[in-house]
Amino acid sequence: MAETNRAVIKLREKFSASVLDVKEFRGEVTVTVKREDIVEICNFLKSSLAYNLCTDVTAVDYLGKQEPRFMVVYNLYSIPNKDRLRVKAGVPEADCSIDTVSCVWSTANWLEREVYDLMGVIFNNHPDLRRILMTDDWVGHPLRKDYPLQGPDRELYKGRLS
Amino acid sequence: MGVDQPLGDSFITASLDGLVNWARKSSIWPMTFGLACCAIEMMATGASHNDLDRFGIIFRASPRQADCIIIAGTVTKKMLPIIKTVYEQMPEPKWVVAMGACACSGGVFDTYSVVQGIDEALPVDVYIPGCPPRPEALLYGLIKLQDKIMKDKNSFGSTIGLGQRLESAA
Repeated sequence: MAETNRAVIKLREKFSASVLDVKEFRGEVTVTVKREDIVEICNFLKSSLAYNLCTDVTAVDYLGKQEPRFMVVYNLYSIPNKDRLRVKAGVPEADCSIDTVSCVWSTANWLEREVYDLMGVIFNNHPDLRRILMTDDWVGHPLRKDYPLQGPDRELYKGRLS
Repeated sequence: MGVDQPLGDSFITASLDGLVNWARKSSIWPMTFGLACCAIEMMATGASHNDLDRFGIIFRASPRQADCIIIAGTVTKKMLPIIKTVYEQMPEPKWVVAMGACACSGGVFDTYSVVQGIDEALPVDVYIPGCPPRPEALLYGLIKLQDKIMKDKNSFGSTIGLGQRLESAA
């Protein structure tokens, strides 16, 4: 159960105000936290709870479904404890930024560049926030739900009929 | 045999076009340039079972030595400038084969990152449908290209300043 997870108990103890939600689905524990404390929490998870591998940083666009619009997702793995943890932080559209965790896990550098490139989330204090997949002169962020799927010069995708 | 041969037996006469075109069609050297899964099929066509070498088709690893580029796969918008550069580096005369649905029209990838057919950027001579085309289809397409090259008119003369080159459809 999520409530008996060691990381969840420790996080609740230390960051009771920042832990917004804890969920477990098929043995996967997900913790939603406040975006302001993401670096502190990640530092704690790495140094005290041995989540020493950041397997992925990604983001979800909940356009028209829920607020805040974006959710940045960190998939963590603890090699010594063989344990996974997912940390999420909501990012509103108006202030579409979150602090970088590349100072915690160096891997996050390129992963955050990918999120910036495709989702347009800005990572504050990132050492090298450039596009990584699209060309440098690309306009827009293609994985956003309001981006025209077939290209900027085409109409919005309306299913198979478009 | 009724034909007067004042120069003896050591000469044969032919039209320059026929000779030049025959030489070109018998030595198509394509650029080694794979983009996606079609490239696997292209490699299979070049390997011993189908054996492109028997048509004089030998893959070259440099555009400077190639006179044909087989666009074998999905062309992304990020890759397009590189393909254009490679094409421009090839010496004249040069031909373009669009291999597979993606190179012909973008295929299933009707999306922001993919060029909807290489003919938006390069003059395509032969389109080969299929996803991916079988080696037999690629062979057929290349033989069609050979037919097209054979129908070329005055391509040699135009390079030495005599008249215009007339290209015909495949």
